[in-house]
Amino acid sequence: MLRPVETKPETIRLQPTRGFSRVLAPHELWRYRDLAGQIALRDITVRYRQTLLGAVWAVLQPIGFMVVFSLFFGNLAGVASNGLPYPLFSLAALVPWTFFANALLLGSDSLVANSALVSKIYFPRIFMPAGILVAGCVDLAISLVILIAIVLIWGLAPTVAILSLPLLIVIAAMAALGTSTALSAINVRFRDVRYVVPFLIQLWLFATPVVYPSSLLDEPWRTLSAINPMVGVVEGFRWATLGSGNAPWDLIGISAVSAVVIFFAGLAYFDRVERGFADYV
Amino acid sequence: MATTIQTHALGKRYRLGLYKRGYGTLREAIAEAFRRGGPDESDYDGPDFLWALRDLTLAIEPGEVVGLIGHNGAGKSTLLKLLSRITEPTEGYADVTGRVGSLLEVGTGFHPELTGRENIYLNGSILGMRKSEIRERFDEIVEFAEIERFLDTPVKRYSSGMSVRLAFAVAAHLEPEILLVDEVLAVGDAAFQRKSLGKMTEVASQGRTVIFVSHNLAIIQALCERGVLLQRGEAVADGPVKATIDQYLASLEEGASKDLLERTDRDRRGYYDTQIRRVEIRGGGDSPPDVVVAGEPATIAIELTEQLATMECRVTIVNGLGQPVTSFDSEISAATDIRDPELGARIECEIASLPLLPGRYRIDLLLKAGRQIQDGLQAAGFFEVQPGVIDGRPTPAAGSDGDIVLPHIWRLPP
Repeated sequence: MLRPVETKPETIRLQPTRGFSRVLAPHELWRYRDLAGQIALRDITVRYRQTLLGAVWAVLQPIGFMVVFSLFFGNLAGVASNGLPYPLFSLAALVPWTFFANALLLGSDSLVANSALVSKIYFPRIFMPAGILVAGCVDLAISLVILIAIVLIWGLAPTVAILSLPLLIVIAAMAALGTSTALSAINVRFRDVRYVVPFLIQLWLFATPVVYPSSLLDEPWRTLSAINPMVGVVEGFRWATLGSGNAPWDLIGISAVSAVVIFFAGLAYFDRVERGFADYV
Repeated sequence: MATTIQTHALGKRYRLGLYKRGYGTLREAIAEAFRRGGPDESDYDGPDFLWALRDLTLAIEPGEVVGLIGHNGAGKSTLLKLLSRITEPTEGYADVTGRVGSLLEVGTGFHPELTGRENIYLNGSILGMRKSEIRERFDEIVEFAEIERFLDTPVKRYSSGMSVRLAFAVAAHLEPEILLVDEVLAVGDAAFQRKSLGKMTEVASQGRTVIFVSHNLAIIQALCERGVLLQRGEAVADGPVKATIDQYLASLEEGASKDLLERTDRDRRGYYDTQIRRVEIRGGGDSPPDVVVAGEPATIAIELTEQLATMECRVTIVNGLGQPVTSFDSEISAATDIRDPELGARIECEIASLPLLPGRYRIDLLLKAGRQIQDGLQAAGFFEVQPGVIDGRPTPAAGSDGDIVLPHIWRLPP
């Protein structure tokens, strides 16, 4: 019945830690890989359980915004859309934006929402916001398929530029994870985060060229705005899926660097405060 | 063979009051997190801090089954939390060899929207099992929990008994080298409790290292060889389980003999419009307090600080192993009860013939007024029952089962 213990048990020293030692220890993450998988699976399964429309919501959210934005910004306000049909122009941006915004909204609450687990069981806490992100990837995949279908139906043909999508998704994911881990860690101590995040997402939406093209900005500002990693992602998505205009590599490059910085800064902060979560949550 | 758990001067300090100076604002907290060399160490022994555990050095050998005993707030759960890595020590360190599984509070990590099947996998991996292990033991778990028919029903539709059984079943099938068990055996109905206890006995005899925390001293005594007594975060006794339990019981009585108003148990609770000052039990005549004779009349007298309207009281008598024997509640009234305006801030309960077997017992009290709990105190008093005659029969010699004798009449062939 009892199986032999698979490896020689190793000794772990439990002691006060200083510095950055936890999240950034891949060995530790690997040891808990099964749990990471189960948490991601749970987040995916639970997301649309007992909803009428299920995963349709993954598509409905960006499509709904597309309709509203097309009506108000496209038709009434006549916002420029780089010569593209406004609905496509906004949908191509809304798909990555929805992924990012949901990861931020749900991820920043993930530790507090799972406080029963956090205060009772040890596991690398990073799995909580990371699980949300993984579950968001499923939504992203669904809405991406719909986006490409709509583009084809509209009569546009995506070019080879579409191959840059994985890179753009990685940039968005890194930015989302860096921000949501930091926010979730702060949320453990200060529940103010719950009220700040929805507001922050609204602001961030307008700081990102979702309803307008980034070409609306004058030059030093257009390039500088790519410090917001979602600028490169959104403009990149338009270029990659609608196959129009020149490749915005300048924006993507700056955004990528910025996403990497946000990612590591967020993780470093998370790492620094992780040890106290169980005492405060 | 090397020790399984070795702690060296282990200590854990908690901050009382979350928003005191120094961490009050978000800005300070961020600054604190990035300060070189960690937080400011001054003033850590001040009144804002509580050492839940201090200077604990303990070695546990492989295969030992150890019971942790102590009052609420003595540091038992803190020690388990440190060993299971939920929280970090403030000072000292512990070397832990082998995989640790913890069975803390049944059902942690169940997700109500997921089905029983999905929850077995989720909860199993939360408790530290590999996916392959769970698959291997899946049928066993389901059978133990007795939920075959409801495997694909979301857990939120389970009765509370079902979800508790499932949670325990998952946890009980853990196979780590070190198992930490915190007060989890009191779940389910009597039949399931017996089954769980049987499972724990099996676990304890498999040569695994187990640390038990329970307030049920009978369970501790039955399962463990070694007992460690914690008091205010320090280990004050460590040895054979029986000796440690005796020392714990002695310390409880020491606490009870003091003025009850000075007691500041963490689990003492209530509105305190009136408080329990003193409790004693007296036999007939001028026998000394707290010594009564089996079968004789006895009066439990409770002195309070204030007399309030509509006061009610509940007395629970608990035996030497921490198991409740019986309780009486004045809220369930009888025609023979008396409301006496002359009594003052005092409640009395008269027992015509004490049906308890000889031994030491403890009194737990719960005092209510106007439907609110005013004061609740465990181990408010202790008393000794001496051998006597219950209902015409002498009390049996030591070694009989149970704590109580019911009035009874035999009918036997001549």
